[in-house]
Amino acid sequence: MTKHVVIIGNGISGITAAGSRPNKFGWPGQDMKGVHGMYSKQDLDMLEERTSFIKHGVVVGGGLIGIELAEMLLSRKINVTFLVREESFWNRILPSEESEMINRIIRSHNIDLRLNTELGEIIGNNDGEVTSVITKDDEKIECQFVGLTVGVSPNIEFLTGSGIETDRGVLVNNFLETNAPDVYAIGDCVQHKTPPTGRRNLEQVWYTGRIMGETVAETIAGTRIQYRPGNWFNSAKFFDLEYQTYGIVNAVPGDDEDTLFFKDKKKGYALRLNFLKHNRQLKGVNSLGLRLRHDVIDRWITENVTVDAVLNNLNMALFDPELYSRPNLQNL
Amino acid sequence: MTLTDKHIRYTGKFLFLAGFFLFNLTLFTGRYRITNDTLALSGLNEEMITVLINEIGPLPADDLSKPQIIKITGTAIRKANKLFRQENKSELVVYNVPETVFNISKSGMTGFPERKKELFSLLVFTLTIAGALMIFAGNTEYNKPGIRNNGIFVRPATGRGFAGYALAAYLLLFYTCLYFFPAWITEPVALTDPISMRITGQPAGRWFMYGFLYTVFILVLGIRFIIRYRNNRYQVWRTVSVIFFQTIFAFSIPQILAVLNQPYMDLKNIWPLDYSFFFSYRIGEYINAGTIGYFMIGWGIMLIIIAVPVLTYFFGKRWYCSWVCGCGGLAETAGDPFRHLSDKSLKAWKFERISIYSILVFASVMTAATIASLFLPGSRIFGMPANILQGIYGFLVGAVLAGVAGTVLYPVMGNRVWCRFFCPLAAYLGIVQRFRSRFRITTNGGQCISCGNCSAYCEMGIDVRAYAQKGQNIVRASCVGCGICSAVCPRGVLKLENGPVKERVKINPVLTGNLNDIV
Repeated sequence: MTKHVVIIGNGISGITAAGSRPNKFGWPGQDMKGVHGMYSKQDLDMLEERTSFIKHGVVVGGGLIGIELAEMLLSRKINVTFLVREESFWNRILPSEESEMINRIIRSHNIDLRLNTELGEIIGNNDGEVTSVITKDDEKIECQFVGLTVGVSPNIEFLTGSGIETDRGVLVNNFLETNAPDVYAIGDCVQHKTPPTGRRNLEQVWYTGRIMGETVAETIAGTRIQYRPGNWFNSAKFFDLEYQTYGIVNAVPGDDEDTLFFKDKKKGYALRLNFLKHNRQLKGVNSLGLRLRHDVIDRWITENVTVDAVLNNLNMALFDPELYSRPNLQNL
Repeated sequence: MTLTDKHIRYTGKFLFLAGFFLFNLTLFTGRYRITNDTLALSGLNEEMITVLINEIGPLPADDLSKPQIIKITGTAIRKANKLFRQENKSELVVYNVPETVFNISKSGMTGFPERKKELFSLLVFTLTIAGALMIFAGNTEYNKPGIRNNGIFVRPATGRGFAGYALAAYLLLFYTCLYFFPAWITEPVALTDPISMRITGQPAGRWFMYGFLYTVFILVLGIRFIIRYRNNRYQVWRTVSVIFFQTIFAFSIPQILAVLNQPYMDLKNIWPLDYSFFFSYRIGEYINAGTIGYFMIGWGIMLIIIAVPVLTYFFGKRWYCSWVCGCGGLAETAGDPFRHLSDKSLKAWKFERISIYSILVFASVMTAATIASLFLPGSRIFGMPANILQGIYGFLVGAVLAGVAGTVLYPVMGNRVWCRFFCPLAAYLGIVQRFRSRFRITTNGGQCISCGNCSAYCEMGIDVRAYAQKGQNIVRASCVGCGICSAVCPRGVLKLENGPVKERVKINPVLTGNLNDIV
């Protein structure tokens, strides 16, 4: 946990950028030796140390950090059991086709992927070191490491009694100001009172932290400006498959939305375009194994271009390295 | 028992090490004799041979060991040289003593492995090549397409551990012998005789052996590179290209030219990397060869004044450095496991800018003196005649920096030490790339997560991430366009592109995703 206080110009401004911490939901044994989140450099150091002598690890939580942690364990030749509460990997965010592609990739790397499976309790030995986990279906899995990757929560405890308003995070207005004068909050610890359009009130993703920092820097340097992130975007890499998303692609399209999904089984890439039924305006894009130009897709979404125009001009948006074959959408 | 990757890998390691052991074993087994015949075979003229035999005294009847023959012939040649100088017969003086000692030793080889040369040559090269290919075939990291660098920073061979330094020490010994004391490696050269005999009908010289090994390295480790980066078509085609230019242009065409009694030329080597292009002996050879020789002079000059600026304008220096060049070819294939060892510090960048352009100036001055001396024999620059400058440049840049340091430092300072700090052609290409080229590496909006893979694997020590974080295009004189930054980026942020010169430098744009104009 880090706290930064910055002093600039005439006044004194405080900025809390206290970050977040891995969630633990009160499982028995969750604080034993060998049970870790994957958040900080210290977590990484502990993981490196622990993986030098263990055989089997269990990763709990089917999100982006979970799959990365599983991949890290594999790189040290450790067998992994991956417990995912949902019926398919990350399917609260990913539509079923994409989610199913990732399930298959996870399994192709010999990870024991357990869908519809929740952690019950963590069992240890007399030294307080983890030896196994028991799932809610009463199955016992021997392991010497448990990775808890079930999301993060803002670090706000240190503000108790400070007079700064908190809820799940540090409450801020559109200028990232807390209720205390000249005290700002940015990054993972923030909870927006009124989030910008199309955004959630807690949004723990790397680039919102950067944009918040840029915003507050501008404000304390003399120009008071609001936090204004543009269209949503994100990216990840699932083993060797790159994923990019732009705009709004919900796991299940809204009633007013329609979707086009292209997939090339041989080359292993996929592209999804979501658009409004009535005027065919582009709402969001998912790509797997295809690199897209952020600027171009962002502009298309902002300018409400139609999905047909997108398909006709897709070459403008491709960002794959040179000499790659262009995706042939007819064959998808 | 089923055959697993592990079995293949271990068998491969065993075969490779066996071949490598045999290769090194030959170094300690050679026996030599000196006779009138072997002296004649070594290419010396009769007067020299007479004086040499005089100096050596009665020719030893027994076979000699390597140190013995090197000592006896070396001493005799130096004494003979002294005698010739006293008698003012400078035309008889042997200037390249190590080469002559090598020639006498090699033509006097006897016993083992000379007698079993064919068999040994076959064994050494089959075992090492087959072993290496089996190691790749059995590497589970290559089972799925996708780049994996697990453990590269901590493994002793690639993380500046004991194995890395041991490899550097071995290479240092090998290269020092190759360039300065070739007689110590007559046996490895002899191992390539069977190949040389089949191609040119002549026994191998040290440069044939080196060219052959160099080509085999690019070919075999190029195959490794292609397997490793097979998910990336840019990487695959680029490697096919360097393999092609090495095997055909650098290795085969010069051999064919030799068979046809034509002057030597590597048609893809460009001045000032090919620093001896304007030397009088080479220009003389070309002129004597007639039409084909004039074509070679014209081709060489065309490469310098047309190909470099025009192709670099359209594609950046990568068209040469990572698609054509032999030094680049070895760096990209054999040097691939070491690319992360390049120094990313600002200090290294500052040193690079001074060193590389100094060498370009040195090469230019030396060449100016050379050309001047072609027209005005006896002319001097800085009080030195051209041949002295040529000698200094050849030793310092040609042998020490390009030959020895460039490769020896792979496991210590990365695979592009020569290209980054010293190569005068890279300096010339870099100036064009920096100021007049359509090439740039573009960054992708706000997608950079600052993971640092790009900077870590940049063999030229460019801090690519610093640009990607700011959304700035990368326009740098040193970038060889290998494309690895783009290949290892997990979020699709980097792309090598050619586009309008005007738009290529972007200073501090607002990253896509922030609607405020904060600039």
